Amino acid sequence: MANSGEEKAEYVEPGMPGLVSDWSADKQTFDVPWGKLMMWLFLLSDTFVFSIFLTGYMNVRMSTTVAWPNPSEVFALEVAGTHFPLLLIAIMTFVLITSSGTMAMAVNAGYNGNRQLAFKLMLATALLGASFVGMQAFEWTKLIVDEGVRPWANPMGAAQFGSSFFMITGFHGLHVSAGVIYLLVVANKVRRGDYEGKGYDIVEIAGLYWHFVDLVWVFIFAFFYLW
Amino acid sequence: MSTAATQQHAVGQQHPIGIYLKVWLLLFVLSTFSYMVDYYHLEGYLRWSLILIFMLLKAGFIMSIFMHLAWERLAMILLILLPPGAILVLIALMASEANYVFLSRITFFN
Repeated sequence: MANSGEEKAEYVEPGMPGLVSDWSADKQTFDVPWGKLMMWLFLLSDTFVFSIFLTGYMNVRMSTTVAWPNPSEVFALEVAGTHFPLLLIAIMTFVLITSSGTMAMAVNAGYNGNRQLAFKLMLATALLGASFVGMQAFEWTKLIVDEGVRPWANPMGAAQFGSSFFMITGFHGLHVSAGVIYLLVVANKVRRGDYEGKGYDIVEIAGLYWHFVDLVWVFIFAFFYLW
Repeated sequence: MSTAATQQHAVGQQHPIGIYLKVWLLLFVLSTFSYMVDYYHLEGYLRWSLILIFMLLKAGFIMSIFMHLAWERLAMILLILLPPGAILVLIALMASEANYVFLSRITFFN
């Protein structure tokens, strides 16, 4: 890390000796902006929330004696007469990864002092996030209206499928929606130039949240949709 | 502190744009591989291990490059990576509990 204020201008060791000196020296342990540390602690707590949901899902899926609906078929789409398994979910995955890429570049543009570019990239990130939520709304509608999936029952198999699905993807969708609002607020502040002179860590912190949402989707995609 | 803070802000986490683009591309490729696992109907341990490998690679790249963990100090990395280890204990406990419930259901309700 390249953080070097004037009181920490001296060489800071990396790795294990650095770990020991960070914890034992007469200074604050985590030498990062407080907002960034707090965001990481929030994300750590959120990691536990999502892990508990996924563990709960594992538990009900392993313990049910009724066959689990095949997600590959449940989430299949017909496009121009061709049957694609899991197509919508794959598109949603690519949209979210793309938004993570634009976010990473927005952080970069912010630190480089390119305010306009940072604003535009954050706006693009928010739009991609909003389209993700839109596709999720489409998926939920299809499942609830066309296929009769309910949190307590569904025509394809184990009843726990519905409760796990709505709980996990619902909570993730809530995070994406909140993230879109958060990004728009920060993007607007970037556009107004609120961070000129103050520094652009806020953009990096918002980026951490957004990448985390993408990270959670990686696990949901693997465990819920592919398993 | 204010001058120190400005200097710190001015530095932040800055890395060449190329590495973000490469990781972005890599995440696309890995996601395509994940999708292929389903598309080609791979089954059993091959399917599960491929899903886990692609998932962990993607998670690793997102955390280390996009979230800059690779450039953070070890104290910070351990703060973030160690606590979730407790979840592995929860997973082990719940898996064993699920087996017990499954066997009970088979024995008494079917």
